[in-house]
Order: sequence, then structure tokens, then C-alpha cells
Amino acid sequence: MPYIPLKEDLPGITGLLDYRLDTALPIRQLTHILLRGDSTLTEGERELIATVVSAGNECQFCTAAHTAAANAYLPDPSIAEMVKQDIRTAPVSEKMKTLLIIARAVQQNGRLVTPEMVAEARGQSATDRELHDTVLIAALFSLYNRYVDGLATVTPAEPAFYDRLGHILQQKGYLPSEDRYVTL
Amino acid sequence: MPHIALPAEYPGIRSLFMYSPATAKPLNDLVQTLLHDPATSTLTPGERELIATYTSSLNECKYCANTHGAIAKYQLGGDENVVKAVRANPATAAISPKLKALLNIAAKVQVNGKNVTAADIAKAREEGATDKEIHDAVLIAAAFCMFNRYVDGLATWAPDDPAVYDSIGKQRASEGYLTKPFKVAQRQ
Repeated sequence: MPYIPLKEDLPGITGLLDYRLDTALPIRQLTHILLRGDSTLTEGERELIATVVSAGNECQFCTAAHTAAANAYLPDPSIAEMVKQDIRTAPVSEKMKTLLIIARAVQQNGRLVTPEMVAEARGQSATDRELHDTVLIAALFSLYNRYVDGLATVTPAEPAFYDRLGHILQQKGYLPSEDRYVTL
Repeated sequence: MPHIALPAEYPGIRSLFMYSPATAKPLNDLVQTLLHDPATSTLTPGERELIATYTSSLNECKYCANTHGAIAKYQLGGDENVVKAVRANPATAAISPKLKALLNIAAKVQVNGKNVTAADIAKAREEGATDKEIHDAVLIAAAFCMFNRYVDGLATWAPDDPAVYDSIGKQRASEGYLTKPFKVAQRQ
């Protein structure tokens, strides 16, 4: 049971974003820019960054939700599963591997990102913007994971719930929208 | 040296805000409402800045800990000692039992959200914390786990001179987060 009263039909982050709207708005706007805005990284790649950070923080709700969102964009659901198990051997580009490794360092502490990790990413043609966005996405999910788990929000057990949520995140993005969760 | 090319005349998160104005806008809006606007929380801006400072201290983010420590000082009427005491150990600082209980929750959140226990929440309630105050403490701690990682993950420049942080603290405590930063000369 959540530590504070949240709407029962809005589990995980959805109830928190409904609980305090003035803070939810900039959080949603930031997420939309980073995960759906113009980028040389695909939506699927950016959702994978959110997924590995959430998995590293063992946030079950966020991991399942962003795995589903990544799967909505990627050709094969095994990609997200393999990325969560071992970045080095996962079927993603060499550039993505270097960025995902940086994201996992950020997940632990920003100070763990080394010049060597950055040089590896540049060696695979990662740009300043891609490095910036990777770090900020990883930092943002360090917020989300703590928000969701720190207030003990509900984590639905039913896998189909996350497929429905992933579909909403693909169809509607992250900005507030009317009847956003009607299909949840 | 920063991991990416950032404007050299601005330190810490301000160099990132200059680099990426599109993401700076919601990030500044978030701290404006979460920390600065007196009407958005029953926690005072000073109390909220102390939660931000303490979380940043635990993450060993020099720029954020010193900046928010200085803002907290000015929000608390210039009391630098209470800021130092909170950074060293909230349990022995001259702050309310309620704020101590909320800082205990913030410290748990800093490690991992799952570390917050029902007993931590019960203790905060016992000391008079409301649902909204518990929410706000968790969100401030979570938000600074983001800001700290953004600032350190790209290896931004953190000044050594305490006077720089004091000037930033004075500016932000009075103006909030939405006004232009001043330039800081980087020592060669």
C-alpha cells in the first residue's frame, strides 16, 4: 500500500503524477523532450536507456513500463530483455552499448562516468548531444525510480497492464492529455 | 574538464542549462515550484533547500551541495551554522523533529527508494508531517538524485571559491530559479 493516499486506479508513477500536478507538469515535459523529441537516437534506443537505469535501481514498475515502451518501438522484444541481462552481448549497435554503459554508471553516481567511457562512446561516433541526452535520461530515471519506490506505490503483477501502458506511452507520449489512462 | 563542450563562463548546472535550453526550461520550472515558491508547500523554502542540500551532500555533488547550502543559508535568514550541522548530521542539528524525520527519509531515498520503511513514514507522521510534506520530501530527494547525476555525469566545472557559492545563494534565494545566472571567471 502506498505511504500516501493515491488513486487506486492509477498505480506506480501515474498516481504520483496525478497527486501533485504542478511538479508533474515539468517532469512530464522534460520526459517528453528527452524520449520523444528530436534526437539522433531512436525512441526505442532512448526507452532502452530508461529501461536499463530502472532495472539497475530494481524499480519493477518503471522497468516493466519502459521495457513495454521500448518493445512498442523495437522489432523484437528479446532486445530489451538481452540489454537488461548484459549490455555487452545485447543485439544493439556498438554506439548504444557505450551509451548504455554510461547510463548504468550515472544510475549509481554521476561521478562514476569516466573519461575512458566517454572516449569509448566517441570512438563509436557518439556526439556531444547524444552523451548529454544519455546522461540526462539516466539522471531523470534516477528521479522516477526513487519517486515510485520511495512512496511505495502499487506495482501491478499482470504483464498485460504494462503492455497497455507501453502502448499509451507510444501513442500519447509523456505530456498531459485528456482521458490519458482510460485504456489502462 | 567537462565530458562535452560547455560554455566555460558558467559553472555546474548553469553550463548545462546554457548548452541545452529546451531541457533547462522544465528543470528550472521544477525547482521553482518544488523549492522556491512559498505557496506550493507547507515546508518552508529554507526547509526544502536543506533537503536538497543534504541529498546533494550524500551524493557528494560539490556544485549542488555548495549551491543549495548557500541558498538554504539565505532562505534561513543567513544562518550558516544550521546548514553545516545538517550536512554533518541532521540528528544533532538545531532543526525541528519533523524536519529531522523528513531528512531521514531523504537519506533513504538517496540510496534507493525501496529503503524507505513504514517505520520511517510513521516517525515523520508522529512528528507532525502531513502526506503532502512526506511526498514533497521524497520528491525533492529524488529530484536531487537527478540534478546531482546530471551535473557530475557530464563532469561540469565546480568552483572552489566559497564566495562564488555565496553569491549564487544570495541571488537564487531572492530571485528564484528563473532569472539569468551571472558569469563566473574560471581560474587558470
